[in-house]
Amino acid sequence: MAKYSLSINGQSKMVDVEADTPLLWVLRDTLELTGTKYGCGMAQCGACTVHLNGVATRSCVLPVSVIGNSKITTIEGLSANGTHPVQKAWNEIDVPQCGYCQAGQMMTAAAFLKENKNPTDADIETAMSGNICRCGTYHRIHDAVKLAAKSTK
Amino acid sequence: MASGGLILGFNWLSNETLAANIIEQTTLENITSNAFLSIAPNGIITIFSPNPEIGQGIKTAFAMIVAEELNADWKKVVVKQANLDAKKYERQLTGGSGAIKHSWERLRKAGATAKQLLVEAAAQKWSVNVSTCKAENGFVISSTGQKLSYGDLSEAASKLPIPQEVKLKKTEEFKLIGQTIKSVDNHDVITGKPVYGIDFKTEGMLHAQIQRPPAFGLKLKSFDASEAKKMAGIIDVVSFGNKVAIVGKSTWQIMKARKVLKIDWEKDKDLESDSDHNRIFTEMMEGNKAEVRRKDGDVEKAFKEAYKVIQADYQCPFLPHNPMEPMNFFADVKEKNVRLAGPTQTPQNAVDQVSKLLNIPVANITLELTKMGGGFGRRLNNDYALEAAELSSIIKAPVKVMWTREDDMGGGIYRPAVRYRFKAAVDKAGNMTGFMLRGVSMNAGNSTRQDNFPVGAVENVLIDSVDYKSPITTGPWRAPITNFLAYAEQAFLDEVATAVGKDPIQFRLELLAKVKEKPVGKITYEPDRFEKVIKMAAEKSQWGKTKKDTHQGFSVYFSHNSYVAQVAEIEMKKGKPTLKKVYAVTDCGIVINESGARNQIYGAIVDGIGHAMYGKLSFKDGVPQETNFNTYRLIKYNEVPEIEAHFVNNGIDPTGLGEPALPPTGGALANVIFKATGKRVYQQPFAENQQVNGIL
Repeated sequence: MAKYSLSINGQSKMVDVEADTPLLWVLRDTLELTGTKYGCGMAQCGACTVHLNGVATRSCVLPVSVIGNSKITTIEGLSANGTHPVQKAWNEIDVPQCGYCQAGQMMTAAAFLKENKNPTDADIETAMSGNICRCGTYHRIHDAVKLAAKSTK
Repeated sequence: MASGGLILGFNWLSNETLAANIIEQTTLENITSNAFLSIAPNGIITIFSPNPEIGQGIKTAFAMIVAEELNADWKKVVVKQANLDAKKYERQLTGGSGAIKHSWERLRKAGATAKQLLVEAAAQKWSVNVSTCKAENGFVISSTGQKLSYGDLSEAASKLPIPQEVKLKKTEEFKLIGQTIKSVDNHDVITGKPVYGIDFKTEGMLHAQIQRPPAFGLKLKSFDASEAKKMAGIIDVVSFGNKVAIVGKSTWQIMKARKVLKIDWEKDKDLESDSDHNRIFTEMMEGNKAEVRRKDGDVEKAFKEAYKVIQADYQCPFLPHNPMEPMNFFADVKEKNVRLAGPTQTPQNAVDQVSKLLNIPVANITLELTKMGGGFGRRLNNDYALEAAELSSIIKAPVKVMWTREDDMGGGIYRPAVRYRFKAAVDKAGNMTGFMLRGVSMNAGNSTRQDNFPVGAVENVLIDSVDYKSPITTGPWRAPITNFLAYAEQAFLDEVATAVGKDPIQFRLELLAKVKEKPVGKITYEPDRFEKVIKMAAEKSQWGKTKKDTHQGFSVYFSHNSYVAQVAEIEMKKGKPTLKKVYAVTDCGIVINESGARNQIYGAIVDGIGHAMYGKLSFKDGVPQETNFNTYRLIKYNEVPEIEAHFVNNGIDPTGLGEPALPPTGGALANVIFKATGKRVYQQPFAENQQVNGIL
């Protein structure tokens, strides 16, 4: 076990975990930030996506020991109360069915829209095609990303 | 002083008796989930949704139905998931697209009863006749303009006797039903609230994972946990059934300890491979052990006298359900009582089975229903809840068992593998005079649906099936049986229509005309509703009037009590086919929530395309070969076609939407593939066919 000081959602958190523990399990088991989801454990589905210094990152394969001072943002920290344009768009378009993958979808979309304020459909396709939604809400994810892009302009 | 409010406890078993109680406190926390509906003095209306939510939108739709009859202000409605309570609720399960169909009238009565009580309370207060008062948007208003809110009236209403009969609205009077309403769970989902079973946590809860046999047909011989037990955070390693459970303080510590666990397995049953299944299918298909499911007329004679006989075989593999939230369950087994919590589509069954397993009365077992990260039928089976309960009883501690993706995908309860053989006898004029279907399957029971179309339209019919008991476990998978049968049947009817030179839609309409004239034997579908979705799909898709380089494929199915017709379109670009669009016309009766309904249609079609194209779980010596998303392919964002969804919305009592749009999708896809490439696809997954791979 080793102690790590992590910057999560603007707060500094001390955790005492094994060095190879993926960030996902530090978030879920240690810090009780369960909004970030486990889906595959091998960076294939995107349910565990968080921001590492603003970049969409798969937390299920990211050992806590390599994070250092990087700033972590999870779905709980994306906004105070669901007010981030992406979250608002997700509600407006009524995207979720089971909702389990949506935190990862929204974190992917939020990081992408920060870099690309005026995305084409092809840009959105490239950005969003790594996150699996088993319910098949892809059409509404598309509409929500478009809406969020419009409202962040 | 505490002010009161109205609680309506709706007894679902008797379907008639309602009981009203006074809320002693104004706070919502004090409202127990024993209530069905409550109106607090502050005007907040809490509606408890009894059926489990798996993403099908039931929680929102149920509340809308109640709120409609109640004339509530939707902005003041709070919806909560009810816990398991057999005394209050009947059929507290989610499966078979049946929740709405089953609860429609009860929900309406509950809302209408509360509304009538509120109106009576207001009339008494104003000393006017009830008939001069009306309820509107959360208020009761008198003919002279007096106005009181539901919150103001709730205490007085709670003291009135429950009316024996209530008047329900006419469908034309609906204001909320049919509107576009956002899911009541959206806020929890978009802010990452811990609402799923996998997020559940209690004080002192331990984590556990279970090593199950790596192959179907193996059983536990022995295990050595000495190394695993030395690992940090590991509390215990215990065995039960054919399983070895590792109990620890955190998920990651358990995952690491699993790797050093030494387990010897031994052969218990046949270790089957795909090649074995193919051989068994052929033996059953060519054999004479089939059980007759339906017989009309004289099939032998019809085929002997046929001008032409068309025959085709279709086959599908086993499929895992792969809900994004893997199986998990919490259990805390004490000497005399049990606390359970987690995602299950059949909570009563979970409690009954745990009761039997642990010999603890059902009355001493509680189950908290959590939101589910998908189900697709997997959570109809409570094997994972029983495991958690058994483990908790052994280690005498509260524990949450979590399945990894590999556990989940490799752990069984799959969609059964099936092979079908269809045969049609046609006369010189192109009429189908004989129809035969044989289903051979692995643990599917009756793999046919003997009373569905085209049965009823053909004079001579024989439908039979044989099932093989495989060690590979199976269970219902979204739209059980029909998730593959519909594709096979619709692809076959397309082939027959082509063989007799008829337009596929015209061919089906002719068959339905025969049914309308006089159906042959018993049928489960209504030909008029069938015909309507077909004609509407033809019109919406401009069937037969497409531009150059665009091809269309048609499919229609009486699907889990709803009717769905689809047209799939492929566009040829430089000789390369691409699936561009799917039109869907659905008759599910009254559409409750326009937004939720559309979401189900989109999702079911995406699911149908994805699994028809890519879904395959293969076996080698009993070992599932694909156990995570690196080898098991699910459809992604960049692969979905445009979808245009229409509803007939005919005012008929509503049926479900969780399953109906999935079954016909594979058929529309297969039929447009034929039009575009000249190639018939007879096996799922379609993408294994080189000409088809790449159309998404």
